[in-house]
Amino acid sequence: MELIFYITAAITLISTIMVITRHNPVHALLYLVISLLSLSVIFFLLGAPFAALLEIIIYAGAIMVLFIFVIMLLNLGKETAIQEKEWLKPKVWIGPAVLSVILFAELFYLIGIPHQTSPVLQTVDSKVVAISLFRPYLIGVELAAMLLMAGVVGAAHIGQHKKLVFHRFLKEEEKT
Amino acid sequence: MMNTTLQYILMIVMVLFVLTTIAAWLIWLERRMLAVWQNRSGPNRAGPFGLFIVVADTIKLFFKEDWIPPFADKTIFVIAPAIVAATVLMSFVVIPFAPGILIADLDIGLLFFLAMSSLGVYSIVLGGWASNNKYSLLGALRGASQMISYEVFMGLSLMGVVMLSGSFRLSDIVLAQKDCWFIVTQPVAFVVFLIAGIAETHRLPFDIPEAESELVAGFHSEYSGMKFGMFFIGEYLGVTLISAMLVTLFFGGWLGPAFLPPLVWFILKTFVFILFFILLRASLPRPRYDQLMSYGWKILLPVALLNLLITGGIVLMMTK
Repeated sequence: MELIFYITAAITLISTIMVITRHNPVHALLYLVISLLSLSVIFFLLGAPFAALLEIIIYAGAIMVLFIFVIMLLNLGKETAIQEKEWLKPKVWIGPAVLSVILFAELFYLIGIPHQTSPVLQTVDSKVVAISLFRPYLIGVELAAMLLMAGVVGAAHIGQHKKLVFHRFLKEEEKT
Repeated sequence: MMNTTLQYILMIVMVLFVLTTIAAWLIWLERRMLAVWQNRSGPNRAGPFGLFIVVADTIKLFFKEDWIPPFADKTIFVIAPAIVAATVLMSFVVIPFAPGILIADLDIGLLFFLAMSSLGVYSIVLGGWASNNKYSLLGALRGASQMISYEVFMGLSLMGVVMLSGSFRLSDIVLAQKDCWFIVTQPVAFVVFLIAGIAETHRLPFDIPEAESELVAGFHSEYSGMKFGMFFIGEYLGVTLISAMLVTLFFGGWLGPAFLPPLVWFILKTFVFILFFILLRASLPRPRYDQLMSYGWKILLPVALLNLLITGGIVLMMTK
């Protein structure tokens, strides 16, 4: 089990690094999908199969498809790849690299401290998730629903417009 | 320990073999049945009833030139057809064919099916994009929006079934139908799932990403040889998958009168639905793209939500 965890963790890290360093946006997004998939495997290993599958259904299966959809519509060609290449000069890396090394050192230190109690893995199935969502955290669910509703209404408002019908022979006429 | 592992592997190999064989012969079945319904003869030369046309087709696919267009994004172009076959085959992992004949009885089997079918979109999107061809790109765009939208209703329509059976585990769902199949208690969910399933497998009449009369062949215009074959097999596997899911969720899975073994019942019921899919292809014209989308969001979504609400209310009343 531990070996599988380390392998998936390595895949997650490598694919996330690849997301940042790719010049072609679609390739970068594909690595992001792989990173999400491996994250869901980690969720599964940690005993949260419900969260793992939601990660795949929502993030990898819906949101990332929409991202790729938009990128496809933008039709970014070779020029963007060249532009990206120019932006990602080695100099740019120094700042983030130093900061993440500090974070890594902190993490290393924290892992080194001996634990009082070793965490016990407990599988959280869908029933447990549902009970905790709809009992103690009900307010949170309702607030999230309201927020999403606001988003939907906003999107509908932006998307709504009068359709103009252009035709070669007919006159322009308005159609709602 | 060793024995169970061996059994597992044997089961996986068996299911894989049976499925790919079925998918291949479905091509023959589809052409024959279309011919019957359209008053033609269909393929009838090679072998008895033209059965060997599948062998000829397969040999042809293997020996065709496997051409990768120079303007394509090569890696993604190669990966895309594998995704559809892989995701559909992965979905079969959770389907209980008969008591004891299933690969993994996951706690969250239904969600696993939904996850795999949502990943299947990538094959269309990436295949169309990597081809670097306007027809393919249009097909990919249509496919992406169609499949993402219909996934929503697919998931929502199934939640009524989950409520009634109280589990995401597919074998539990089958056993919950012992007294009454869910087609009786959840007819609305069945219709929504059926329509969404056709859209998910992008079969006719919803084959808008392909639409050969307007988009050449849509997202797989540039594919040839075995790569095209993968898309082709993936489509037939998808039809088998949706039929099997319909049977499992709404028609009692392997349950049936005892004079036939459970596995035979399952196969028979699935076969009926596969025939229904073929009949749809023979009889219905393709809707326009915007018609499909507005139909989905304006009719199927409210219907699925209403069904969910009413089912929830009734379940609440029954338990009190």
